[in-house]
Parts: sequence; structure tokens; C-alpha cells
Amino acid sequence: MEKNKSNKKTAKKNNTASYKKTSKKYSKKAENIKSILDLIKPYGFLVWVSIFLAVINTAAALLIPIFTGKAIDYMIGKGNVDFYVVLSKIAIIAAIAVISAAAQYFMALCNNKITFCICRDLREKVSEKFQNLPVSYFDSHPSGDIISRMINDIDTFSDGLLMGFTQLFTGIITIISIIGIMFYLNAVIALAVLLLTPISFFATKFIAGKTQKYFMSQAMIRGDETALINELVAGKTVLKVFGAEDKSLKEFDKINDKLGKASLKAVFYSSLANPTTRLINNLVYAVIALIGAVFAVAGSITVGGLSIFLSYAGQYAKPFNEISGVVTEFQNAITCVQRVFYILNEKDQPKEEINKEYNFNSKNISGEVAFNNVNFGYSKDKPLIKDLNFKALAGQRIAVVGPTGCGKTTLINLLMRFYDVNSGNITVDGADINKISRKDLRSCYGMVLQDTWLCNGTIKENISYGVLNAADEEIIAAAKAAHAHSFIKRLPNGYETVITGNGESLSAGQRQLLCIARAMLKLPPMLILDEATSNIDTRTEMKIQDAFATMMKGRTSFIVAHRLSTVKEADVILVMKNGSVIEQGTHTELINKNGFYAKLYNSQFENQKI
Amino acid sequence: MKYLLGYLKKYKKESILAPVFKMLEACFDLIVPLIVADIINKGIKNSDTGYIITRFFILLAMAVLGLLSSFVAQYFAAKASIGTATKLRHDMLEKIQSLSLTELDTIGNSTLITRMTSDINQVQNGLNMFLRLFMRSPFIVFGSMILAFTINAELAFIFVFAIIILFIIVFGIMKITAPMYKNVQQNLDNVTEVTDEDLNGVRVIRAFSREKSQIQKFNFVNKNLLNSQLKVGRAAAFMNPLTYVVINTAVILILWMGSDKINFGVLMPGNIIALINYISQILVELVKLANLITQLGRSAAGMNRIGQIFDMQSSMEYKSADEILNNNGNGNVLNNLNTAVEFNDVSFKYKKSGANSLSNISFSALKGQTVGIIGGTGSGKTTLVNLILRLYDATDGNILINRIPIKEIPKKDLQKTVSVVPQKPQLFKGTVKSNLLIGNKNAGEEQMWQALKAAEAEDFIIEKQMGLNLNIEQNGANLSGGQKQRLTIARALLADSEILILDDSLSALDFATDAAIRKNLANLQNKKTVFMISQRAGSIAYADLILVLDDGKIVGKGTHGELIKQCEIYREIYESQLKGGSINGKE
Repeated sequence: MEKNKSNKKTAKKNNTASYKKTSKKYSKKAENIKSILDLIKPYGFLVWVSIFLAVINTAAALLIPIFTGKAIDYMIGKGNVDFYVVLSKIAIIAAIAVISAAAQYFMALCNNKITFCICRDLREKVSEKFQNLPVSYFDSHPSGDIISRMINDIDTFSDGLLMGFTQLFTGIITIISIIGIMFYLNAVIALAVLLLTPISFFATKFIAGKTQKYFMSQAMIRGDETALINELVAGKTVLKVFGAEDKSLKEFDKINDKLGKASLKAVFYSSLANPTTRLINNLVYAVIALIGAVFAVAGSITVGGLSIFLSYAGQYAKPFNEISGVVTEFQNAITCVQRVFYILNEKDQPKEEINKEYNFNSKNISGEVAFNNVNFGYSKDKPLIKDLNFKALAGQRIAVVGPTGCGKTTLINLLMRFYDVNSGNITVDGADINKISRKDLRSCYGMVLQDTWLCNGTIKENISYGVLNAADEEIIAAAKAAHAHSFIKRLPNGYETVITGNGESLSAGQRQLLCIARAMLKLPPMLILDEATSNIDTRTEMKIQDAFATMMKGRTSFIVAHRLSTVKEADVILVMKNGSVIEQGTHTELINKNGFYAKLYNSQFENQKI
Repeated sequence: MKYLLGYLKKYKKESILAPVFKMLEACFDLIVPLIVADIINKGIKNSDTGYIITRFFILLAMAVLGLLSSFVAQYFAAKASIGTATKLRHDMLEKIQSLSLTELDTIGNSTLITRMTSDINQVQNGLNMFLRLFMRSPFIVFGSMILAFTINAELAFIFVFAIIILFIIVFGIMKITAPMYKNVQQNLDNVTEVTDEDLNGVRVIRAFSREKSQIQKFNFVNKNLLNSQLKVGRAAAFMNPLTYVVINTAVILILWMGSDKINFGVLMPGNIIALINYISQILVELVKLANLITQLGRSAAGMNRIGQIFDMQSSMEYKSADEILNNNGNGNVLNNLNTAVEFNDVSFKYKKSGANSLSNISFSALKGQTVGIIGGTGSGKTTLVNLILRLYDATDGNILINRIPIKEIPKKDLQKTVSVVPQKPQLFKGTVKSNLLIGNKNAGEEQMWQALKAAEAEDFIIEKQMGLNLNIEQNGANLSGGQKQRLTIARALLADSEILILDDSLSALDFATDAAIRKNLANLQNKKTVFMISQRAGSIAYADLILVLDDGKIVGKGTHGELIKQCEIYREIYESQLKGGSINGKE
């Protein structure tokens, strides 16, 4: 009972929180538009040029029917054609067409330049932002989602912007001008057209609203289905082995049929927009033909004048349709760019406060590391590391062991300042690492992680990642030390082989060897090895041990390992459980203590007796 | 393409009616200018208001009829194309499930996903557009031309030339820009790649202080993207102005030549208006046609890729249960025989690779025995157990399960006999329960808890307080590696098969849990034949039989005691892990 109550309470809290969020969103809209305008600002001049060209363009598009109509007025009938006037009108039409064509071309260039440059700027900003965000951001946001913002969202934004620039101005100018000219030519017909306008407006709006609703539900179901497909394909072996294929196919069919139904609605409703606009176009056309013809019979309008009206009728509804399209597209663009702004508005990692007294430099430090009363948690309300104290003397080997999720990797995050401690401090050679630049701190460490990340580039570039301008001999020496030389030599282009997609053409073990070579070349005063040999088979590992041994001589090293055999020789073993160090000492000391470490260590022999 | 026709046959009515109604709509569109010409030439000229009003109602009626037939057409087109796509997705998944891993490996997961999502979407869009437009657009373009001929043959030749030139411009520009668009895509891919580096390499980038060079790298690819976009933009921007000039040239020619005709009394002003009307319709439809053709090209390519998968034949055949029954006269073929798994001189080569992954493997495992498999990465451990699961067929030699050749065993029976905990703990979105049901769809809740207990998964599930209804996110993202492994173990235990394969399935667990699970397995009521792959010599040292693999060959076979004496590689591995060989090597 009690629990139920508290659950409800939190649910309520969540509700109000999300409510607050949405109301915040509305006030943010203005902010977004301001941010978009800021992006456009550098291209203000081009925007004005584009608007100017749009005016020319529209004027031309509207003038040609007028002159066509006037020309027709001078072709009254047999033997009654004023060739001179017809010819002069034709000349004007030709001139206007050429000017308009040129305006169209330059307007397109302008619009391209504006939108693509804005997207370039935006992407650049995001990429710079990436380098200033705290590591926690990347840990808590799936990379697929961020990539989709960088690529797809900015693309959608650019489409919306481009459409806006090309069609919005032209559309608005066209509608206003057409109405103006119509009133000038014949007020009654113009009034009739104006009265029909709202129908067009509401019809397109109605359809657009419906369409968007159905498209949203289609997109959602499609997203679900894609996720399911991903899973079924990735797990196909499991399904095969357990004979669960029929079951999964049935599940797939459920969602697949749902998608079919949703798609039918979305596609059908969206396909109504065009015929409906055409209908309204045709209605306007018929009305103009009727009233115009009646007026022409009465003699208050010429046949040429009627032809002008008719050709305007053809052009009149189009901009309405386009504008409503632009509005949806624009809303879409704003939602998308908003997702990008979210990244840009994230808090940067804290500014560096450097204490100059330390004179910290990777060349002059000995490598003494101390944790003093360190508290840390990935979220403030869930403390993980509590009051951690220990000291690693220069050149010592520190092994960190413990069950999964006990905080071993967290320790590394703190050492490298990927995360900052909540309280307490970490010192290197007595210098508080929060008071030295991140760059200086990190240059003191060589790091080999379980996650073998490589950049897109040649093998050479990857090994020399930490040391720009390393000589070829140095690179090869490092590769040899890491036992990577022999497999690199066998690659099609040796050290110049380009690796892409995080080295998917290499085996996990080979990738790890490259990461080790990368650290070996840098040779800093301190080392971090996080499961550095987890992907390498035991025999190769034994060969690398020599290299590691040389590398670690005189260097403070932090080693995280699963295999207890690899940590036995450490100077200090930190045994972690649930975020705190529960035991610390040498192997012998800990075994004699007969505590958690001893239990862990012995468990690996236990089953031999079964 | 041949497949597509088969699908459309199911939507025969829709596929025929959609274009027919679309054509009907086009007819109405084409007649409108003629009626307006009548209004001008007859109604206005003769000051016949009654005539004008009847024509007005005809125009209205045609507008409404046009709308209705268009609605009907759109509905049928949507129904046929979406129905086809839905069925395609179903059939595709079924096909994928029927193929063996030998074929699926050559295709690759990401390709399979693309086929099922974006390729089928392309087909749907293409089909929809095709049904709607393939009659309408050409009908209007050529219909306008033909009607122009009925008005005046000489002037109609302007149409012929205009259409030809427009064709050349529209398709020429499309042809020129197509490779440029590809280039843009390539540049966009490069931007994606660097973004991916920024995100997934964040720790290494910062550890090596390469933030600035990463920004430079990004700016470089980003600039290339911009340049390629501007380049294609410059070329594509010619489309509108050029077609505009052509159309207006046609208008000018119509006016000029038309005025002559009017002067001779061959034509009337209303006819000129009709002609000008037609020429502007042609442009709109031609642009639509061009888009249609690009879209169709894409869809056809997508359909061909889909067809390639439908063309594939599974290289693996299963005997049906009836056949076996006839052969042995005994349905219970998989029981009561002493050897559980036997390999006789088995070799195996993956389709794509040049060398054998397994060579001349022979061993036999008795019922209830535990078989440990150990060896370096790439030595063929997983390949060996995949053969027991018949995920692949051996290239040479034969494999017997319960003394029956594996190829003679019906699929369902084999699935019942062997289960596996794969190296990668694959879970599915749903609940703990739905995941366990994959192992055995008839399992009751009590059974499930037993399996979870044996897999040492009970505690963490109880801790999360949701019981068997605990949500599992896609790929088990809300669980740790160790928790996922334990759930997959429970899933396999639930299948309650005679043979259980653990493919390095305890790697993410600490030693204590690892040991506890092994103890539980040994104490199970129905003693299973267990194949256990491990990197840790300690984990398999107790096995009844240990196979030491190196480069696809068995280099040692026996118990721990025997191998320590006889097999150098085994000794090396064992000592490196348990005795002095720690991270500082031979010190």
C-alpha cells in the first residue's frame, strides 16, 4: 500500500515536470527563431538580393500574360490584325522572358549559397561544440542519435530553408500582385476570385493537418518496425537455434499490418492535396470564364483581358498550395534545428582554473598519484565512489580488481579527468589535477582501453596519433614492441594501409595491438591499461607482456584486469566493490587477510575439484 | 522485376483502375481549354449568355468529376503499392529466416536491414507514383500536342519542337547532375564518418589532446560537402530558366504565327488562348514525368536488390520428420544411445574465405560429459560448436548427434536436442518473460524461476522488483553485460535440451558467479552434455574431455591431467593464467 502511494506521487511529479517542460518549449520557440535569424545574419546581403530577384521574377511571370492578352486584343478577326502592335508586344514578352530567366538563375544561386553556407556554419559549430562538451555528454547520449542530428536534422533544416527562400517570397509576392492586378483590370471578377480564396486556404490546411497526423503515426510505427527488424536480423542465429522463427514472424506481422494500415491513410490523405488544389483552381477558372464571358458580351472587358484573367487563374492557387507546403516544411525544419540547438546549448565542460605555481609538465613529473577523500557519482543522487583514499608512489604498479560494475572504469575516468570528482581531490606530484590544464594532465598518461577505437586514416597515422611528426623508425619500433609489426607488414599497403569504420577489416586483437603501439610511441610518465589485452589470445598476450614490462619500468601504472593472474605482481592491489575500495595491499597480504580478494582468487580454482 | 508482377497480380483491380481513373481526370483537364475556346469563339462572339452559362456548368461538372476520379485513382494506387510493400516485407523476413547462415553471412546484417526498410520503401513510392502518373503525364503531354493538331496543324509543330527541346533540357540536366548528387552523398558520408569519430573516439581524442586537429579534419570534409552542394546547385539551377525560355519562345511563336492565321480567318482568338493554355500544361507535366523517371530508376534498382535475395536458395536441406519415421520405423530416434556428439574427420571452410577454418576434427563426447574447448582467438572454437548446431554444414567428414548423421535429423528435433548460449548475449525487446519464452514457448513461470536461479540471475531480477515482467530494452541495453549473459543462460536452460553449448558465455562474470553457475549446471536433474568454450583454463580444467584448438586443428585432446603432461600449447595457456605469468611476463 505504502509503496503504491509513493509510486503515484512520483508519477504525479513526473507529470507536472513534463507539463512544465512543454510550456517551456513554447517560450523557447521565439528563442529558436532568434537563433535561426542569427545563423542567417552573415548572409543578410544575399537574402536581400534574393528577395529583390524574387520580385523581378514574379513581376515577369505576371507581366507576360498581360502582354499576351494585349497582343490577342489586336487580333480581332479576319483581316483585322494589327501586326505592328502584335510584334511590339511580342518583343516585350521576349525581353521580359530573358530578364526573368536570368533572375531565376541568380536567385537559385543565391538561395543555394545562403542555405548551404548556413548548414556548413551550423555543422562547424556543432563539431567545435563536441570538443568542448564534457565526456559525460557522450556517455549519456547514444551516438546514433547525435549523428542523426548532425546529418539528417541539419539536412531537413536546409531543405526547409531552401524551400522557404525559393517559394515563400515568390508565393506571397505572386498572390498579392495577382489580386492587385485583377482589381486593376476588373474589380468584380477580382472580388469573385477573392471570395473563393478562403476555400482553397481551408481545404489545403485541412488536408495538411490530417496528413501530418497520419504521417506522424506512420513514422512512429515505422520506427518501431525498423527497430524490430534490426533486432530480428541481429538475433537471427538465436531465433534459428531455438526454432523461434515462426513466433517472431507472427510478431512482425502484427506491427507490419499496423504499418500497412497507417501508411495507407498517410499516403492517401497526402495525395489528396494536389487534386484538391486542382479542383479549386478549376472552380476559379470556371467562375472567371463565366463572369469574364458575360462581361465580354457586355463589352466591359476584352477577349485579351479575359485571357489574362484565365492565365492568372492558373497561377493563383499554386502559391497557396506551395505556401502551406512551406509552412509544414518550415515547422519541420524548426523542430529539426531545435534538436541541433539542444546540443549547442549544452553546458561545456567547466573552464580550466590553472594554478601557475605548479609548473606542471609531462617532462618533469615523477608520477606520484594520490586520491584524497574522493567522492563521486555519475548522477549526484547516486554516489558511486565514497571517500576513496590511496596513494600510488612514483613508478608503482597499481592493479584494480573487483566484480563487474564495481567502479574500476570510473577510477580511470577520474584519473584522466573525463569526469570531475564531486568532492575531495586527486593530485599528481602534489598538484591538484583540477588546477592544471586538462591537456597537460592527459599528456602525462598513456592509455590503452578495452574499447579499441581507431581513427579513419592510415595505420601510420593511428600509431602516431599522440605524437605528431613522429619519425617512421619510431613508429615501426613502437609497432614492433607491440608485436603489431608482423601483421602490419602483411597488410596490402603496410603502414600506409587506410583503415576505415573503426578498423572493421582488422580483428579485435589486431586493433588492440595498434592501440598498444599507439601508447608505446607516446611513452608518457604514467600508464593506464584498462583490460588492455582482453581481445588478445593468451599466447600473443604473453609475448606482449615483455613489452609491457619494459614500458612500465619506472612508470606509475594503473592496471584494470579480469584475470587475477595478471595482477598478482602489482605493488598495490585495490579491491573494489560497489564503488569503494574494500581492501588494498599486495597479493600476499590480501591472501593472508582471507577477505574478498582471497575469495575471488580462490574461486577460480574451486571447480577443478568438481 | 519478375517478382513485382506477381505481387501486383494480387492487386489486379487496383493496378488497372488507378491509371484508368487518372487518365479520366487528365481527359477533363484536356477538354477545359477547348470549352473555354468555345465560350470565347461562340458565346462571346454571338453574345449568347445562355450558351456561356451552360458551358460554365459543364466546366464545374468536369472539375468535380476530375476530383472524384482522382480520389478514386489515388486510393487504388495507394492500396496496391502499400499492400505490395507490406507483403514484400513479410515475405522478405520469411525468406531471410529460411536461408542458412552460409548465405546470410555473404549478405551481411546491415544490407538485410536496408533491403527490408529503405529498399522496400523505395519500391512502394515508385509503384505508387507509377500507378498515378505513368498514364497521366504522357497522356497530357501528347494529348495536348494532338489537340493542338486538331486546332491547327501548322501551329501544332511548335508543340512538337517545344516538347523535344524540353525533353532534352530536362533529361540532359538530370543526367549531368546525377553523378554530382552522388558526389554530394559521398561527401555527406565523410562528414558522418568524422562525426562518428568525434563521438565514439572522445576518450582517445582527449587523452591524446587531438581536439583541435579533429576540428580541422571536420572543417575540411564539411567544406568539401559545401563545395559539392554548390556545384550541383549551379548545374541544377539551369533547369527552370531554360524551360521558362523555351515555353515563352513557344508562346511568342504561337502569337506571331497565330496572328497571321487570324488575319487569314483560319483561326479565332479563342483558339490562340487554348493553345497557350496547352503549352503551359505541358511544362508542368514534363517536370513531373522527369521526377517520375528518376524515382522509377531508384525503385527498380531497389527491386532488383530485393530480387537478388529472393533468388537465393538455402544451401541447407532438412529431412522432414515423416521421412525419418519411414527410415527407422521409430519416432523416438534421438534417445537412448550412448554417444551424444561425434565428429569424424570434419573439415569446414567458410564460403568467403580461402583456407579451412576447421581441419580434420575428430572426437566423440559421451552423454552427460562436459567438453571444454580452449584455444586462441581465431582458432575455430565457435565454428566447431556452430557445426553442432548445424548453423553450417561441414565441408568434409560427418557429424553424428546421438549416433544419427546430423543431416538426417529434422529441424525441430535438432532444435530440441541442442541449445546454446551464444558469445554475444543477444536479447530482444520485451520482458524477461518474453525473452525466456524464446527458449521454450511452453514454459511456465515456476520453470522460469528455476532456470533463472540456476543461471544465478534470480537475485538481480528480484532486486529490480518487476519480476518476470521486467522490461528489456532493445539489445538488452538496460542490463549490464553480466546480467545479459545470465539471462541468455537461463533462456538456454529453459529449452531443457540434452546438449548445451556455452560459447564463452561466462566471460563477463566474476570468478565467483562463474564458478557458481558451473556448479549449478553440474547439479541439474537431467544431466546434460555440455560444451564449454572458455578463455580461462581454470574454467574448463574440470571437464571430462578438453579439446585444444590451434589454427583450426585439434592439437590436444584429453583430460586436464593428460594435457598438462602432453600438450605444450595447453600447458602454456594454463601456466600463463594461473602461475607466475602475470602482466609483467617472465620476471
